[in-house]
Amino acid sequence: MSKQYKAAALISGGLDSLLAAKVMLEQGIHVEGINFFTGFCVEGHTAAIRKKHQDKPKRNNALWSAEQLGIKLHIVDIVEEYKDVLINPKHGYGANMNPCLDCKIFMVKKAKQWIEENDFDFIITGEVMGQRPMSQRKEVMPVVVNESGAGDLLLRPLCAKNLPKTKPEIEGWVDREKLLAFHGRNRKPQMALAKEFGFEDYAAPAGGCCFLTDENYATKLVDLWQARSSRDYEMDDIMLLKIGRHLRPKPYFKLIIGREEGENKFMQGYTKLYTNIKTVSHGGPLCLIDGPVDKADLEFAAQMVARYSQGKNEAAVTLSISRVGEEPYEITVQPLSADAIKQEWHV
Amino acid sequence: MSEHTLDTSRLLCPMPVIRTQNKVNELSDGDTLVITCTDPGVLNDIPAWCRINGHEVIGTEKNADDIIITVLVKHL
Repeated sequence: MSKQYKAAALISGGLDSLLAAKVMLEQGIHVEGINFFTGFCVEGHTAAIRKKHQDKPKRNNALWSAEQLGIKLHIVDIVEEYKDVLINPKHGYGANMNPCLDCKIFMVKKAKQWIEENDFDFIITGEVMGQRPMSQRKEVMPVVVNESGAGDLLLRPLCAKNLPKTKPEIEGWVDREKLLAFHGRNRKPQMALAKEFGFEDYAAPAGGCCFLTDENYATKLVDLWQARSSRDYEMDDIMLLKIGRHLRPKPYFKLIIGREEGENKFMQGYTKLYTNIKTVSHGGPLCLIDGPVDKADLEFAAQMVARYSQGKNEAAVTLSISRVGEEPYEITVQPLSADAIKQEWHV
Repeated sequence: MSEHTLDTSRLLCPMPVIRTQNKVNELSDGDTLVITCTDPGVLNDIPAWCRINGHEVIGTEKNADDIIITVLVKHL
């Protein structure tokens, strides 16, 4: 009986990695998925914290892909290690704070370690030559191969015929003739292949899976670094950048104001870690304060929060202020006028 | 066979799944893991992870402030 070769597939949850894994399964390869969690991954239910996104499916697309494929999925937490990739990208950033090429190299490198530890034979990715402006250009495809250390153990089934032969092809573990030659940004070949395989409800094609490609998110991240004079972050920081209205009235503190019930509920979990303000006399948002504040700052912040409450046009609004580890106290303030909330405070 | 607990409150998916995965890998067949969560995404993700990996969700409890999911460990 011939050996069944084993491939580790980088599963992002998008269409390309789903198809790449399926192509290998069709050749009788044992495939297991690896999904790396950087902290910046966009998930359907992260967006669905907000009620306006309740129509979106609350699912992890990598898990969903694995289930469609009938393969195991190993989700690997790389949040700590990823900091260096984001803070010091050798190949620079894309349009926003996205270090796509360094990210791809890092993930393939981690996958190489994983196959060595788990006795797998090679790695597959859903990369398509020319599809992405930064990490999938023709000239950088070999860069990923070389700098990751994966060498000829990295097979890209969707565009393999456009690339030099890899070890799985040379050794006959897979049939190169049954691999594909996709290239460019045209998604029609992938969609046709998805249809052929019977995949209908796949995640939105062409990425969008990383918050670092989002201009608004990147702006908030840079603001955080500037305010702290340090390009570092913790998990809670990057989670909170994903939600709420962020206003920085002074360089040393900002307000994170819930925009609706779902965000307020989520932010409630952070009230033991952050100074926070809640509207008492009227319906209103929960606000977390990030940065050191004195009593005068808190009174001003309370006036700002009152502006976003249902009492915004009243003469007085009562709010509860709670510092970490201290008893909450109430304060009654006049809400700031709309004009007093300066546009440049919005991060 | 023993019962274990895991608190993933405040974590957003996939972190509750990752913590569940890592904890389950330390447990034996027949053990149960009671997971406390606050992200409603777990209602989909932890069962999906269990289906993929052969484990069984034997209880789901939705409370006002949290969600409790109980997993029976069955390593493939």
